[in-house]
Amino acid sequence: MTHFSFAQVIKGALTGQKNWTAQWPDREPKASYDVVIVGAGGHGLGAAYYLAKEHGITNVAVIDKGWLGGGNTGRNTTIIRSNYLYDESARLYDHALDLWENLSQDLNYNVMYSKRGVMMLAHNVHDVQSFQRHVHSNRLNGVDNQWLSAAEAKAFCPPLDLNPKARYPVMGAALQRRAGTARHDAVAWGYARGAAARGVDIIQNCPVTAIRRGPDGRVTGVETAKGFIAAKKVAVSAAGHTSVVMETAGVRLPLESYPLQALVSEPIKPIFPCVAMSNSVHAYISQSDKGELVIGSGTDQYVSYSQRGGLPLIEHTLAAICEIFPIFRRMRMLRKWGGIVDVTPDRSAILGKTPVPGLYVNCGWGTGGFKATPGAAHVLAHTVAKDEPHPINAPFTLERFTTGRLIDEAAAAAVAH
Amino acid sequence: MLLIHCPYCDETLPELEFAYAGEAHIARPADPSKLSDEEWRDFLFIRTNPKGVHFERWRHINGCGRFFNAVRETVGDKFLSTYEAGEPRPDVATLTGEAK
Repeated sequence: MTHFSFAQVIKGALTGQKNWTAQWPDREPKASYDVVIVGAGGHGLGAAYYLAKEHGITNVAVIDKGWLGGGNTGRNTTIIRSNYLYDESARLYDHALDLWENLSQDLNYNVMYSKRGVMMLAHNVHDVQSFQRHVHSNRLNGVDNQWLSAAEAKAFCPPLDLNPKARYPVMGAALQRRAGTARHDAVAWGYARGAAARGVDIIQNCPVTAIRRGPDGRVTGVETAKGFIAAKKVAVSAAGHTSVVMETAGVRLPLESYPLQALVSEPIKPIFPCVAMSNSVHAYISQSDKGELVIGSGTDQYVSYSQRGGLPLIEHTLAAICEIFPIFRRMRMLRKWGGIVDVTPDRSAILGKTPVPGLYVNCGWGTGGFKATPGAAHVLAHTVAKDEPHPINAPFTLERFTTGRLIDEAAAAAVAH
Repeated sequence: MLLIHCPYCDETLPELEFAYAGEAHIARPADPSKLSDEEWRDFLFIRTNPKGVHFERWRHINGCGRFFNAVRETVGDKFLSTYEAGEPRPDVATLTGEAK
């Protein structure tokens, strides 16, 4: 693996760009591994990277039914923030944010983390009260978040329409300055490269069809399209397909899978300086470095694995964008797509051990898993290596649905987030 | 957009007229106070979430307002059948046979 540096760039320029090596090898599976991770998205690859780097476990395979980073890692709107209401969530997402800050240096791979600020717009009195409660809660937890008046919000994000007769008047906003975006593909590639350099096998286009258990109930390995692969431990991080995979191990999860859509516009010159979110009218917008407006829509109301999503949601989202940012009314949209997100009843992730010895799960991120990638991967690696949860993910158990100790971000955010 | 057949109105109408209401055939426990925590979890939170044939409730919210059940295949979102609430689960093999 080539270590990327300024010297390497110069060398590349002088040698006709012929000195670059493949960033990771595409492996065929070995007969057995210490750890098999199902799902080569950012979370799964990241967990493999931290297992190798921090826990010295390198006999690891990351297996995906498609190509790496081809699921929700490559389909999200790349928003990163940590301004969650509850203590447990704030700790988990802020842990991720701490790792995002130094991720490019850590991976020697530019994930283009941009602290451009995420601004959540308040359109009515309820929004104002709810967001101010979030701001206070966040500050008690040491999480960056501040309240902006409408004029301050306009100064921070000039395309905003402050007309008091607007359909969705802006009454203020909560701003997390540390929040922003990152290049989602680079996150998967950077982790893949880092993990592969430490000996992790990345096996693509190899669907896992079943998880196998021994007579004592313990995990013995996974059945795949390329045959049985033995494993001492299996971690499932398969987003919308987690419940399908886990069912083969006899574990039923409180998950439902829905299509979540996003879309991008034609590319334009830099105009939009931050990420703006409007929870009450379901509009999420930012501008990519290529110049496209990246717009997040909502989930369909019904369970589906179609990876498409319905057009009415897109219409609804664009109607809201046009009302809040009239400047974009004549823009054309280039393409839209869907990803399948796994949603829990309390809209918080399930990250930890399962009733099956040697089987771990990282799922239930719903519509907001990308922002948690480094944090989730880091604590999942800890959980797998030590066979006990990290203090940060200890509250995110599967048992909470039995005990009733939910982390009810559904009520806290009022929408899927 | 999905086109959904309301068994009460006997009309096939756009999805916008309907509200999804979760998995079908989940009966409320007859004697709730007898349930263990695990049984409550299963009743409240655990869902089938199949990649395949799914039994689900819909409500014709902008029409007759009534709840009905549907059988839908969750990969292609094709409806195999809709039927009135209270009717038993239809046989999937018959439905998929008819769909071909």
